[in-house]
Amino acid sequence: MNIPDNLKYTKTHEWVKIDCNKAKVGITDFAQHEITDIVHIELPEIGKRVKKEQPIAVIESVKSAFDIYTPLSGKIIDVNDNIIETPEVVNKSPYGDGYLFTVEFDDEKEIGSLLSVDDYKKLIL
Amino acid sequence: MEKLLNELSTECCPAYSLDSDIEINPQVPESLKRNLSLDLPNISENDLLRHFTNLSRKNYALSTTFYPLGSCTMKYNPLVNERIAKFDNFAKLHPYQDSKTVQGVLEVMYNLEKDLCEISGMDCFSLQQAAGAHGEFSSLLIIAKYFKSIKQKRAKIIVPDSAHGTNPASAALAGFDIVPLKSESDGSILPEKLKEILTPEIAAIMLTVPNTLGTFEKNIPEISKIVHGNGSLLYYDGANLNAVMGVVKPGDMGFDIMHINLHKTFSTPHGGGGPGSGPIGVKAFLEPFLPLPRIESKGNEFILNYEKQESIGKLKAFFGNFPVILKAYVYIKSLGAKGLKNVSEQAVLNANYMLSRFKDKINVPAGGRCMHEFVLAPKKLFKNAVRTLDVAKRLLDYGYYAPTVYFPLIVEEAIMIEPTETESKKTLDAFVDTLIKIILEEASLEPQKLKDAPVNTFVGRLNEVEAARNPILKWK
Repeated sequence: MNIPDNLKYTKTHEWVKIDCNKAKVGITDFAQHEITDIVHIELPEIGKRVKKEQPIAVIESVKSAFDIYTPLSGKIIDVNDNIIETPEVVNKSPYGDGYLFTVEFDDEKEIGSLLSVDDYKKLIL
Repeated sequence: MEKLLNELSTECCPAYSLDSDIEINPQVPESLKRNLSLDLPNISENDLLRHFTNLSRKNYALSTTFYPLGSCTMKYNPLVNERIAKFDNFAKLHPYQDSKTVQGVLEVMYNLEKDLCEISGMDCFSLQQAAGAHGEFSSLLIIAKYFKSIKQKRAKIIVPDSAHGTNPASAALAGFDIVPLKSESDGSILPEKLKEILTPEIAAIMLTVPNTLGTFEKNIPEISKIVHGNGSLLYYDGANLNAVMGVVKPGDMGFDIMHINLHKTFSTPHGGGGPGSGPIGVKAFLEPFLPLPRIESKGNEFILNYEKQESIGKLKAFFGNFPVILKAYVYIKSLGAKGLKNVSEQAVLNANYMLSRFKDKINVPAGGRCMHEFVLAPKKLFKNAVRTLDVAKRLLDYGYYAPTVYFPLIVEEAIMIEPTETESKKTLDAFVDTLIKIILEEASLEPQKLKDAPVNTFVGRLNEVEAARNPILKWK
């Protein structure tokens, strides 16, 4: 199971990469494995205002459909359109080419409530 | 695989013959006359008969196999009811006929509404909805309209994660925001947790009873008190009514509005693409909002009332799926109050019998008792990368229809089993023996058998991922 050290995590299995006031978000290796082969993805619109822990994207596999929650409040400034046509990329590269969206967050304090790599490992292992 | 009709077609000679000297009405203009030959498959009548007979023999159906599909109530539906639904007196009526000429039909619908009120403890019913989710959706429109009528802004619906998946979908479609509520390990709701998320914006909470883990919600009186204290409404997803008929009534427990699936509980086969019927029941204060037309009894006559100012309007062509309504009526009248109670008791007994045989061998997340269905969580027993999907596929090799898998979502690798009241102990035992053998023996000793399954079916394991990613939806 690949769980990179340099990322923050959520209980709902998103990873978060903080860069200044921006956070890149995707699903973890654990999540893509549990979801199994992804066949459809719905992403939020650019510019959408979102609130921490609000469901804003949907990932569908042959098993079921799963809500994806934004880990931080703010504005969606970028979505990964490439994965719409090739959703299998999220299975293959959940931390790289298979990221989902970037949120420009409002409140730095919210970062404190994200899980550290150790906390996340405790959650899933 | 059976070929398509187009693939069976031969070039040599047409399988149909039309009179060449057919007289065409001289008023048909030249431009509308066909001058190309008909593009139909050329198949002899006997080959055509064989094609359809062969297809029918490849069916997995309740009439050939045990069908323990959790959450779907795949029970035996009396075939005589199908026959009654096809009586000319019903089947050949036209929905535009004057209501004076279809009094019998209106009487059936009127009486069924009354019977459903008696079974559910609600005050009024509407039979127009075409399926369970349609019932949910129309109920949510009623909830929205009700709060509008009393000038309250309530835009949110609470849905526990142990509710049916259609609940949040219906609420979203009706324009509400969803507030999820995490349930306990048996799918029940903790009143304290509910209190925490209950704000003045909450219009209603939707409870599935029994819930998707097959347990009865034990805190209903308290939930009802809290919810109503907040001015919100209580919704009953009655898709699992097969477990509680004649035992409890949602109306008595404080529910304000609900739906029932006639095509599960009341004698119409579930699945196969419908038609279904998802009537909704309400307490009297919500009656003005029910869809139109309402069937009313006026003197010696039944009439259709289209004149109700506050109604949410029309939801379905004409009056709903009448044959399904008729079958439900016949079923209820045949069984009577005692018979319906017996249905539920037997359904619960069958499920508990199976659960009692599984519970010492396979993890049961909701405990050792259930209502009409239960969930197994075999994940810890799996080695060799075996998954629930492989177990389900292997069951096909033993001639069974697989149970519901990966639902409810709150149980990892879930297997959801609903035997229904119409199966014998012998059938239940044989299925339990087979499933235990697959999970406890084959999965560890011969995992490849599971990975390769099914091998005894007309087609092997289908590539579900490719089918979803690149569906081919037409011939050529």
